[in-house]
Amino acid sequence: MSDEENKGLLSPLRRKLLMGMAAIPAITMLPRASFAQAPATSAVNTTGLAVTDTEVTVGILHSATGTMAISETGSIEAEKLAIEQINAMGGVLGRKIKFIQEDGASDWPTFAEKAKKLLVNDKVAAIMGCWTSASRKAVLPVMEQYNGMLYYPTFYEGLEQSKNVIYTGQEATQQILAGLNWIAKEKGAKTFFFIGSDYIWPRTSNKIARKHVENVLKGKVVGEEYYPLGNTQFNSVINKIKLTKPDVIFTDVVGGSNVAFYKQLKAAGIDLSKQALLTISVTEDEIDGIGGENIAGAYACMKYFQTLDNPNNKTFVPAFKKMWGEKTVIGDVTQAAYLGPWLWKLTVEKAGSFDVDKIAAASPGVEFKGAPEGYVRIHENHHLWSKTRVGRAKLDGQFELIYETADLVEPDPFPKGYQ
Amino acid sequence: MFGDYSLGDLGSIFVMQGFAGLILFSVYVLMALGLAIIFGQMGVINMAHGEFMILGAYVTWMTSNLFQAYLPGLFSGYFFLAMILAFVASGALGMLVEWALIRHLYKRPLDTLLATWGLSLMLQQAYRSVFGAREVGVELPQWMLGSLHVTESIEVPINGVFVMCLTVLITISVAYVMYKSRWGRQVRAVVQNRIMAGAVGINTEKVDRYTFGLGCGIAGIAGSAFTMIGSTGPTSGQLYIVDTFLVVVFGGAASLLGTIASAFSISQTQSTLEFFMSGSMAKVLTLLAVVGILMLRPQGLFALKVRK
Repeated sequence: MSDEENKGLLSPLRRKLLMGMAAIPAITMLPRASFAQAPATSAVNTTGLAVTDTEVTVGILHSATGTMAISETGSIEAEKLAIEQINAMGGVLGRKIKFIQEDGASDWPTFAEKAKKLLVNDKVAAIMGCWTSASRKAVLPVMEQYNGMLYYPTFYEGLEQSKNVIYTGQEATQQILAGLNWIAKEKGAKTFFFIGSDYIWPRTSNKIARKHVENVLKGKVVGEEYYPLGNTQFNSVINKIKLTKPDVIFTDVVGGSNVAFYKQLKAAGIDLSKQALLTISVTEDEIDGIGGENIAGAYACMKYFQTLDNPNNKTFVPAFKKMWGEKTVIGDVTQAAYLGPWLWKLTVEKAGSFDVDKIAAASPGVEFKGAPEGYVRIHENHHLWSKTRVGRAKLDGQFELIYETADLVEPDPFPKGYQ
Repeated sequence: MFGDYSLGDLGSIFVMQGFAGLILFSVYVLMALGLAIIFGQMGVINMAHGEFMILGAYVTWMTSNLFQAYLPGLFSGYFFLAMILAFVASGALGMLVEWALIRHLYKRPLDTLLATWGLSLMLQQAYRSVFGAREVGVELPQWMLGSLHVTESIEVPINGVFVMCLTVLITISVAYVMYKSRWGRQVRAVVQNRIMAGAVGINTEKVDRYTFGLGCGIAGIAGSAFTMIGSTGPTSGQLYIVDTFLVVVFGGAASLLGTIASAFSISQTQSTLEFFMSGSMAKVLTLLAVVGILMLRPQGLFALKVRK
């Protein structure tokens, strides 16, 4: 898009146009059918979903209130942007997407309740939602019982696969292994110190990381520490890090603890430009709270960074900022959430139907060439093939891409030899 | 676990671990002082204590932004002004809350628990609506970052030293106000016997309001100071509330000395255990010890002796 268009676009019409243009890269791969006359509702919806001749309803189910609102806000924003862009270019099978947003309120039973409401009362064709594993686990039985379709955006610990879920984030091996390989090779790292928050995701991830360090990299884990969620005092573990002098600090601390951890690390005189630190839990969103000066120099292992230099991302980032404000940052999960509505649309068009069973069957092999992270494809196990990337945090709170895998990494939610 | 390390290494680690314990101690005292006044002196179970702290943190964030935008030359000193503003803002909100809500509930102390819990939810949502759901990063002046190099291997975090000094200063001020000043005497009189205090001419309503305001104001200062070591978001206050109550209850309500003694014993136990085992286990053992001691001494470490 030209510079002229970037300036002073204030009219709503032009804004909409711009949103639509941001999605142009995706047009190239649409099946031809989508430009033809919209097919009859009775043909594309045989199970009584909320589909009319002009509209199709989907649900957005995230925490807009409570502790998790910090993290889930970005996902809500990304999903709304994707829906608006899809509508601007004609919708799905000739139907505009209408969304019903429900608030999970950071409470897992509420998530299940709202998912049921969306499926049973609203008959939504798909749900974009959940963030924590706990909320997904609460929603999963509902999705399976009422045969819904969930697009789940967060990187997570794996060990799950369902006909009714498409996992648009990375499972643990996709996120961790390539990063560890890189740091072991690049820094000659032999000794690792693990520190995480005390719940399922860090514990599972560290288990996988430990096996990889010990069996594949032939290194040594010199410490493995967990702190309760919300812990704000890390001075003791920082002393242990100083005592054991690991080559790499490997962290999956989450939430408010993250901020405390990096501030205290810096205050204790650990200089991240000399001490290698690899995190799998800090995205641009978290750095907003941590402060760029406290984490500059740390490495993060993700699949997406806001600074990625590719044509898709160059239209995605301005469109996102246009809709949600100049100061918003886009983290890994936000991008994965953006993939949800697109993958659903592409799958519906491939299946030629909104029926959940047909979508579940058609999902494997669906590819999205307009993804801001580059190119993704859905695997038979309903996870995504995607690249692993390592970025280095800069003072301004953005990441500089240091390394990316040459090929897409295969999702492996039940990794052999790592359990 | 110590076999591989030289004596010098071990010595410096023990010194630094000692400092870690002292810093934790200061943090506990600072967050518990405001609650000790409100819960200890007034008997109000203030579940919104954490939210008053976070108000202080947000005030600090706004002050830092204002200084960066308009007075970048004075940025290195903004933190002191921010703490004063935090005290004023949280104190004012506290007085408002006392007037609108708490004063109707003095005779029903358990109901204050529910009412202030509701208040904490409302404040969280208000912060979310005003400041956004995401955490904000408070930028600190350069001199407050990093550490002091005492020797080659001993480094003391500057923000920790700052919190320690602040804690000492505020504790002394509170002790002076409560035990030496005329107003403090009035507060204690109202606590011991509200009706008699009123009868001898003390304006008990006014005393209540200012006491509550003082407690909340100190919470605001604590919140301001904690921007150095923790996060600032709508729900960050929740991170502190459990530890705060733990310290106050364990110390024995109504006793300033008890609060300090309890903060000291909890923080030292915790940081020592943390060094020898994982953080979660250390927390479990600390809590078990506290529960055990409270079973033997339900009134807490120090109890105020009152003729009933």
